[in-house]
Amino acid sequence: MKYKLFVVFSFLLLIRVSVFSQEHHAKTDTVASHSHETMQGHEGHDHGTDAQHTEAGHHGDTYEKFDPASTAIHHISDANVYSIMDKIRIPLPMILYAKDKGLDMFMSSKFHIGAHEDGHTAYNGYVMQHGSVHRVLDPSFPAQGEVNLGEHPFTLKTEEVNGKKTDVKYLTYQGKEYRLDARSTLDGGILGGGITSFYDFSVTKNVLSMILVSLFLLWAFRKAAKAYEAQPGKAPTGLQGVLEPIFLFIRDEVAIPFIGKDKYMKFLPLLMSIFFFILGLNLFGQIPFLGSTNVTGNLTVTMILAVIVFLVVNFNGKRDYWQHIFWMPNVPVFVKPLLAVVEIMSLFIKPLTLMLRLAGNISAGHIAILSFIGLIFIFGKSGASIGGGAIGTAMAVPLTLFMMAIELIVAFVQAFVFTILTASYIGAAIEEHHHADHAEGSHH
Amino acid sequence: MTGTLAAVGAGLAVIGAGIGIGMVGGKAMEAIARQPEASGDIRSGMILMAAFVEGAALIAILLSIFMAG
Repeated sequence: MKYKLFVVFSFLLLIRVSVFSQEHHAKTDTVASHSHETMQGHEGHDHGTDAQHTEAGHHGDTYEKFDPASTAIHHISDANVYSIMDKIRIPLPMILYAKDKGLDMFMSSKFHIGAHEDGHTAYNGYVMQHGSVHRVLDPSFPAQGEVNLGEHPFTLKTEEVNGKKTDVKYLTYQGKEYRLDARSTLDGGILGGGITSFYDFSVTKNVLSMILVSLFLLWAFRKAAKAYEAQPGKAPTGLQGVLEPIFLFIRDEVAIPFIGKDKYMKFLPLLMSIFFFILGLNLFGQIPFLGSTNVTGNLTVTMILAVIVFLVVNFNGKRDYWQHIFWMPNVPVFVKPLLAVVEIMSLFIKPLTLMLRLAGNISAGHIAILSFIGLIFIFGKSGASIGGGAIGTAMAVPLTLFMMAIELIVAFVQAFVFTILTASYIGAAIEEHHHADHAEGSHH
Repeated sequence: MTGTLAAVGAGLAVIGAGIGIGMVGGKAMEAIARQPEASGDIRSGMILMAAFVEGAALIAILLSIFMAG
């Protein structure tokens, strides 16, 4: 039994690491597969990938090369359309702002989104490529109204931008190639392209999920609260019976021990909101076939949560808290500035790890599940080999089920960990102690 | 090349975190076996410590992703 578990876990570990290592190779693969796609429309456009052209462009028995890494990344990313099982597409409102063009507001159904979440129509100079909106930055491209793009209008090329190899997307329209501009990101170009020609304030898939989960929580807790009024002193029933033990667990195991019996009531609403919001989104993302949104695996979402925690902790920091940061008592004077540097660093590392931990764990779970499902397409050569597909399915189904069971635990554990760490940071900040007994884990 | 190196880095980070979390979990189990009545406190302490170890590993993995990209 022990041995079996060991084998399974080491396999899981291998898969997780290989997902990251494949990322680099994935880039060249996508170039090959996408230039193959363009081949159907017209011949020989990008000369850089001629070798791959002849390799991938052989007619007849070729199949579109399946790339598990980029597929996984695409599925964990946010999107401007909510696709359920690649069939039902819920259009979302687009709110786009470009400096030279002004505000554009329309529904994403204007793009006529088809397979791979690619839009078949350009609208007001914007196009939809792989679920995210791009702008065609060319004066010769019609900036107003709908433009029909035809089949497979998009190509991907690897280009060197600022000494870094990046994927640049192109649109082919009436035999001319147009460079696509991605939305602005405020990360200094680390994850995206930095500031570009337009800003995207749209209600995306993630935003819709957050609204849905918030509304559900509002409904559930109002219902449970009403039940306490309707039958006071009675044993909880139904939804109330589900929420009460979790609520009491967070209060008795997290809030009271870490913050203290007399002060915890002030922070309980925050802790409960954080816990149930994260738990709700984690579980919502686990529902199969329902878009499986990766909201808590999105760095932006977790960053905002971490910033809220950072502000609450530091605005509630008492004198002792700041003294321990800037001028640590009970240590020699020459150590004090050194410790101050370390403590100031840890001030920012704490919310940073909160942000990374949640996003990393949830994204890793989604990537692992997607990789297992990807086994079907790897073995089945994207539908070319039925027998391979059957073997892949036989492997993928138990592995995916196993991973989803693990993810169910992770959903609870990560929500719990975020809450317990928030509580411990708040507890350390508001503690007013005497210097004889300040040992319990507030400094590490 | 940098991609491969980044993958090796991610692997090393995972090994470190694995050892760390293994030690946290193992010691916590020992402690619970010794004092079953304190299992609640030990368990929440264990999860807290495991979260700290994991945080360090995640920083390393994210760094390696950025290096690869």
